[in-house]
Amino acid sequence: MITEFAKQFVFTALILLGGLNFVAAQTDGHEEVNHNNHSNHDVQDTSHNSQDDGEHKEFVAKDFIIPHIADANEIHFFGDHHSGFSAPLPMIFYVEGKGFDLFMSSKFHSEDGSHDEHAVLTAVGPNTGTVYIKNPETGISSTKGESFYDISITKSVFGMMFIMALLVITLRSMARSYSKYPGQAPKGLTNVLEPLVLFVRDDIAVPIIGKYKADKFLPFLLTTFFFIVASNLLGLIPFIGGFNITGTVGVTIVLAFVVFFITTVNGNKNYWGHLFWPPGVPNLVKILVVPIEVFGMFLKPTVLMIRLTANMTAGHIIILSFVSLVFIFNQNYGAVAGFGMGIFSTLFMIFMYFLELLVAFLQAYVFTLLAAIYFADATQEAHH
Amino acid sequence: MELLSILFEVTTGHGLAALGAGAAAIGAGIGVGLIGKGALESMARQPESSDDLRANMILAAALVEGVALFGIIICLLVVLG
Repeated sequence: MITEFAKQFVFTALILLGGLNFVAAQTDGHEEVNHNNHSNHDVQDTSHNSQDDGEHKEFVAKDFIIPHIADANEIHFFGDHHSGFSAPLPMIFYVEGKGFDLFMSSKFHSEDGSHDEHAVLTAVGPNTGTVYIKNPETGISSTKGESFYDISITKSVFGMMFIMALLVITLRSMARSYSKYPGQAPKGLTNVLEPLVLFVRDDIAVPIIGKYKADKFLPFLLTTFFFIVASNLLGLIPFIGGFNITGTVGVTIVLAFVVFFITTVNGNKNYWGHLFWPPGVPNLVKILVVPIEVFGMFLKPTVLMIRLTANMTAGHIIILSFVSLVFIFNQNYGAVAGFGMGIFSTLFMIFMYFLELLVAFLQAYVFTLLAAIYFADATQEAHH
Repeated sequence: MELLSILFEVTTGHGLAALGAGAAAIGAGIGVGLIGKGALESMARQPESSDDLRANMILAAALVEGVALFGIIICLLVVLG
């Protein structure tokens, strides 16, 4: 009983603040060691409390939050991870020398039929006969160690396809309406999106890149802006699977790489000159400055990538942490504390949600703005 | 002494990551606070330059936030990795 409890539970922080205890619960493998070393009687008090309802499944914030922000092979709507309601997505594998396997992710099932979220699931490829093993901890592998490429349509990929289709349809029809009704004030959706387009053009591209060069970069900047805004907003709609597209490193690394690529390709002699032979800098200082500048060339898109990913993921984690707090308080301090925390959490979640709406636009703005600054840097005129 | 033992309790294991997250938040708080202060003072002195200042303020805040988020990411990697 004790070890059962010990495995499931660990405290990471206990901070006394004016006689109040704030407790955050978490698991990890070191729990048994930590548990024996507890010298603080407060910690033992709290652990005793939660031992009383030890027969319930222990709530672990990490196991709740991570599946919600990670990419997945199904779109999970509500309920427990396996018994709840979720939509399967196609799995596509390419096994070397054998060909493609295509099946739905609902084909994955556990050997003993358990619905535990830590259960190892298996599925047999219909075409190649390869047995795929889906381990929640280590990902997908095959039994005989065959090498394969996983090109499945995951949740993020599906979300991106959806946004792509949405943007193409809405923005195309919007562009068409301008030629259809020339000289007239825009109506409907066009009226909603026009300020955003004008914002990107008049407040980002033109002032930073310059009036004549901006046209060259405007299509990319607009595409990036609308893609990031749409992905961010899609991630904020509850009960449709909790998409975290721009919070996935794979997505933002491509966005950042395209920015890097465009900057490098468009770099003129002033840009490269400033990079490798900064004018007006003493020769000895150049030895210091040039490596920093060259390093900065790669650092800029990397930071661009991390900023967007971390911002969006952090927003999701904060909202999910407020949800977790309710369960943690309910488990550690009883139902009344859980109920009270529920009210508190809900208010904070609403606040965070509105903040996230702001951040969704702000991050798209910042990404576009910084991309525009890098493009302006690459196409700079000599001004010495 | 009580506080020290609690701090020790916190710092063994993943508690250090939590402290790191707090430290990152302090840094970002100071940075964004200074940016807000500077922008507000400048806007009060020259209201006509508000638009330019606002754009640059958001940019600077985003850069500061980016550094803080590095800290958060590392903390997350410690806790979850």
